[in-house]
Amino acid sequence: MASDRPLLISSPETPRAVEDLPTIPIYTDLAKSGSENPKLASAMDSNNPLGNSANTEPTLNSYFQRSNSSIKSRASRGNSVREVSFDNSGTKPPRHGSRGAESDGFSMSQRELSDEDARLIYINDPGKSNERYEFAGNTIRTGKYSILTFLPRNLFEQFHRLAYIYFLVIAILNQLPQLAVFGRTASILPLAFVLLVTAIKDAYEDWRRHRSDRVENNRTALVLGDEGFHEKEWKNICVGEIIKISANDTLPCDIVLLSTSDPTGVAYVQTINLDGESNLKTRYARQETISRMSQNERMSGLIKSEKPNRNIYGFQANMEIDGKRLSLGPSNIVLRGCEIKNTAWAIGVAVYCGRETKAMLNSSGAPSKRSRLESHMNTETIYLSGFLVSLCTIVSVLAAVWLRRHRHELDYLPFYRRKSYVDEGDPKNYKYYGWGWEIVFTFLMSVIVFQIMIPISLYISMELVRIGQAYFMIQDNKLYDEASHSRFQCRALNINEDLGQVKYVFSDKTGTLTENKMEFQCASIWGVDYSGGTTCIPGDGFSAQVDGQVWRPKMKVKVDPELERLSKIGKQTEEGKHIHDFFLALAACNTIVPMVVETPDPDVRLIDYQGESPDEQALVYAAAAYGFMLLERTSGHIVIDIHGERQRFDVLGLHEFDSDRKRMSVILGCPDNTVKVFIKGADTSMFSVIDKFSNMNIIRATEGHLHNFSSLGLRTLVVGMRDLNSSEFDQWKLAFENASTTLIGRAALLRKIASHIENNLTVLGASGIEDKLQQGVPEAIESLRMAGIKVWLLTGDKQETAISIGYSSKLLTGNMTQIIINNKSKESCKKSLEDAIVTSNKLMTQSGVAQNTEGTSGTAGTPVALIIDGTSLVYILDGELEEQLFQLARGCSVVLCCRVAPLQKAGIVALIKKRTEDMTLAIGDGANDVSMIQMADVGIGISGQEGRQAVMASDFAMGQFRFLVPLLLVHGHWNYQRMGYMILYNFYRNAVLVFVLFW
Amino acid sequence: MMEPNGGSSSVGAADGASHHAAGRKRHSKRPKYQFLECLDDGIGVTESNLGFTLFKNWLRSVGVKDTYLKSYSKETEWYEENSRFTQQELPACKPILTPGWVISTFIFVGIIFVPIGLASLFASERVVEIVHRYDTDCVPASHRDNMLAYIQSTETNKTCTRTFFVSPVPCSTDVSKQMKSPVYIYYQLDNFYQNHRRYVKSRSDKQLQSRASENDTSNCDPEDVTANNSAIVPCGLIAWSLFNDTYGFSVNNTKLGVSKKNIAWKSDQEHKFGPDVYPKNFQRGGLIGGAKLNSTIPLNQQVDLIVWMRTAALPTFRKLYGKIEADLEANTELTVVIENNYNTYSFKGKKKLVLSTTSWIGGKNDFLGIAYITVGGLSLFLAISFILIYIIKPRPLGDPSFLSWNRNPAGHFN
Repeated sequence: MASDRPLLISSPETPRAVEDLPTIPIYTDLAKSGSENPKLASAMDSNNPLGNSANTEPTLNSYFQRSNSSIKSRASRGNSVREVSFDNSGTKPPRHGSRGAESDGFSMSQRELSDEDARLIYINDPGKSNERYEFAGNTIRTGKYSILTFLPRNLFEQFHRLAYIYFLVIAILNQLPQLAVFGRTASILPLAFVLLVTAIKDAYEDWRRHRSDRVENNRTALVLGDEGFHEKEWKNICVGEIIKISANDTLPCDIVLLSTSDPTGVAYVQTINLDGESNLKTRYARQETISRMSQNERMSGLIKSEKPNRNIYGFQANMEIDGKRLSLGPSNIVLRGCEIKNTAWAIGVAVYCGRETKAMLNSSGAPSKRSRLESHMNTETIYLSGFLVSLCTIVSVLAAVWLRRHRHELDYLPFYRRKSYVDEGDPKNYKYYGWGWEIVFTFLMSVIVFQIMIPISLYISMELVRIGQAYFMIQDNKLYDEASHSRFQCRALNINEDLGQVKYVFSDKTGTLTENKMEFQCASIWGVDYSGGTTCIPGDGFSAQVDGQVWRPKMKVKVDPELERLSKIGKQTEEGKHIHDFFLALAACNTIVPMVVETPDPDVRLIDYQGESPDEQALVYAAAAYGFMLLERTSGHIVIDIHGERQRFDVLGLHEFDSDRKRMSVILGCPDNTVKVFIKGADTSMFSVIDKFSNMNIIRATEGHLHNFSSLGLRTLVVGMRDLNSSEFDQWKLAFENASTTLIGRAALLRKIASHIENNLTVLGASGIEDKLQQGVPEAIESLRMAGIKVWLLTGDKQETAISIGYSSKLLTGNMTQIIINNKSKESCKKSLEDAIVTSNKLMTQSGVAQNTEGTSGTAGTPVALIIDGTSLVYILDGELEEQLFQLARGCSVVLCCRVAPLQKAGIVALIKKRTEDMTLAIGDGANDVSMIQMADVGIGISGQEGRQAVMASDFAMGQFRFLVPLLLVHGHWNYQRMGYMILYNFYRNAVLVFVLFW
Repeated sequence: MMEPNGGSSSVGAADGASHHAAGRKRHSKRPKYQFLECLDDGIGVTESNLGFTLFKNWLRSVGVKDTYLKSYSKETEWYEENSRFTQQELPACKPILTPGWVISTFIFVGIIFVPIGLASLFASERVVEIVHRYDTDCVPASHRDNMLAYIQSTETNKTCTRTFFVSPVPCSTDVSKQMKSPVYIYYQLDNFYQNHRRYVKSRSDKQLQSRASENDTSNCDPEDVTANNSAIVPCGLIAWSLFNDTYGFSVNNTKLGVSKKNIAWKSDQEHKFGPDVYPKNFQRGGLIGGAKLNSTIPLNQQVDLIVWMRTAALPTFRKLYGKIEADLEANTELTVVIENNYNTYSFKGKKKLVLSTTSWIGGKNDFLGIAYITVGGLSLFLAISFILIYIIKPRPLGDPSFLSWNRNPAGHFN
């Protein structure tokens, strides 16, 4: 369902998963907390002790705490919790445009920062802030070395490799005169050569880094000085200074926003440099500071912030200003590397500078995984070392025996001649250090001679081979996505051969199997299904005239000509009125921000709708195509061009989407001075709040259409509206303002108010959005299954959608027996699991018999498909039922998990990974797949629409799901086979060399 | 919204976190070597980058056109790049071991190897070889209980005459067949570890090569310099222990000349042993190891030394002593006068005199022929067994039901 999208995109787990990027995900803990979500959240709202009562004007804000903030709420239970209400714009209407999903992640609750843990920043007083010189300056140094430290540090880093140390030890042994088996210098040369080349390369790279650091450090920013703002080089910016950023400028350091050009203190920020997401995010300045800045007086205050850390989605701080304490959260801080967009200017105080900025703390590479072949090889290498030691022992023991037996002859033996008779008198020993030492030296010498037994050079050979393999994979045209011009990316070089051993594929649905290009397909308005012939409008589609320029939506949508004709009629007819309201709802009831993009043609501008949810984007584009073009959105109003007529609507209130209500609503003051509530949401949640006594026919018809839509695999949304009379509105407004000023349980109160007003709705209609399957997905799944690879689908979508996508992608087939597990308690879960195991066993034994008679077929006769939902998984993954699920799941040929949270995805992957030796592969495109991608043995990111976190966390990245087939079945197979042959050949060759010597 | 070149912007995004905008711009301007990009994405394995450069150079060296390597920089043309190398479509062939192939290969090997083996065995049979151990026999019976003292004494008479009486009765020391010229004379030592590390290293090739390096005796311990620090030429244990038994041959009281011509390697004589290097201070130390050298003859003419200096790899070895450039008729009496000087008694080594003719496989060597015949016979045997198996129990090629996962259907679920 469309309404799930915001949750999927940035549910609270998402940021954490990303923040864990460089480390191993602390998944078990997270999984637990994730599963405890619902309970916890409610506990939070009611239990939070009173926070800061000194807040003077605590008023409404639209990004209150949402229910499913897991970790922090967990942590906060044990500690003294302070939920500080956020306040701004007391008398103004509620701000619009805050992204629900985003504020969702930013929990406002925070621990009291103790003074020892805190970092004290005196606003506009950098000297006092940094009295003890403990804060870093804003100079960044990405270069690793200086001239002095280069040699020791570079060598130290290079010798982190075991192979080098081994070579070094051998070379040192060779330097001992007693042992010099090979020439002394000759034994050093190869190692020295490799070290030198690497050092030169490192030095060159470091020089380039130094150069770019210099450029970066010498950029300028506006800093508040004695006489207003003046330019200052980045490297001289200090903690505590006030900085002014203009639109499209990059942040020089992490700043807490004090004020922006927007009167409500909103700043739009692009974080593409940090997390790769190209959409705009909102950040806020606190209302107190906005007023202070606007009064143009000298700011002073104290910020107590947490110590620098690498969590780019978390920030905790208090600000003391005029004796008041305000709390600051992640939505108040803008990080270094971000760009300010759509905001003329923003002023903030630097809190973290230089290497202490979150961006710098996060600059580390992808996590490294170790290939299974390599770990296997390591154990073999240990055996070989043991073998080497025993060979050397044999040699030295035999030498000892020989020396002992010939001890009387040694002085004269022509080929030994222990004594030197050159000098007169007592003959001396030459090159002989006594029996014991001779044995030791013999041992060490044989180590040198047999050193090749340990294939250390094989590690380097393997890396070279992997480079070659990566080269071939990158160059393969079959892995090249022409649509997005994206090539295959090898982000991890050391697990190439694991691709050939994959047995389980865990796939995300949206964006992976499907394109995540939401396309508005059909609408049902007022009981009429307009899903007939959808054709592209000839020409450029609908466009609006603004200031003599033509504004046009960036994406074209196919429209239904009949519906388009009707929509043009306007409000005169009853039908036209409903259509008008429907599209108005689509255009207004969302959190999309229109961005105007210039085109080469100066008279034409493109409107790019920026938003978190692709469903909302699709709906707004659809509305625009039917002549309801959203032109402008500010916090207080929106401007919609309705068939050439610009209309301004006041946004009086906004109830954001949340996962309990599963709907969102917006209260609009229309130009004709009526007040309307527009609501959209999932069908289940909407039909419970509609006015059942009117228009039963329309409701029935809409329900029928919804059923049709979803059986076509479309994502459905129901749109409703309601007129508000003035008393109702006043009542709502009062309640809303009261609720917003409440300190305890505000979220629940707001939810109550929302559900109060979202009532007695008129159903306007429903929309069907197509989530298109990617090209070649069914064939790919078929091929993978034929190769004996099990494909599991893990999706956040609801069961029906998942099953329909399962059928259309050939994951599910008609001859499969479906076992569906939907349970709401542990006991029922246990029971249904046991039943399912019995059923599947029965089916499997039947198939086994069938197979014996058939003789050839490799797959089971009656395949079993397991369909399980997230709620059941909560209970199952919790404890002892895991084992049973595993028993059941590994017998099934297909497993579909729906409504799963990101961490449950990782939990399912771990379920298989822990219990079998089989290789697992996770493929996904969104932030919600990051945890699963990191958990799996092989993680593949689809470089698709949902940002780049998945790609950043992945080992390989590619453009399309269907590339899995050539990747696993061709490249994986080759990589594994070639690597295996190479290792075996190396062992064989070394053994031959050593045994010849040994003889 | 993604930019059209969304795929390649990843590096910018990845590095942006560390390099910020300036870094990002730099990256976007940089020519796009996808391969380097991949490495830049945070893997940074040192060998990898190095390896790539090497790999690229190797590609060049094997003839991959430079344009292929350069063309990665042109982003837009990337996918048009379609070389058969990068697509791994170069022609290749891999034998499929069908029964026909396997059987005919084995038959072929058998047919080739058995005749070769027979021929070499036959040739080896025709080689006439006389091996005569003399180390004990040449010590007079009176000295048998203390052979070491006998050999070390300068007083004793070391000359020893051995006679191979020619008789038609096969006897190990009898020439029962004609020995055609040239007859090679070898001495064979036993239990003499010429391959010992201390021994092998105890020489100076530079000193042997030229007079200028006469004092280069650093490796020659303990036979490097005399007591008054004058270099020994040739220095080292090898030269010091030069074999010094001599043999004189006569048939029916007629002396046979022993030719020392061409018994040393030509390359040794021309390059490794200098014509201007004369023996000096040789065998003057407290311990005499073996033969003395005529200090008026340059080293490159001292063929016995040259032969000796090529150390043997195994403790039992033969070295060429000389050639008899005359046929030895069957049933003639061959008398050998041996000067038994060399001390192998201290380490229980044996000394043997070997007379041998050669054939096209060299000296007498049955092993080669036996090895050929064994391998060839084994191949024939395998070929025949495969043929029998193929006739008795044929099986279609590439039957998937024999694959491991099809043989064990339950294994599918493991």
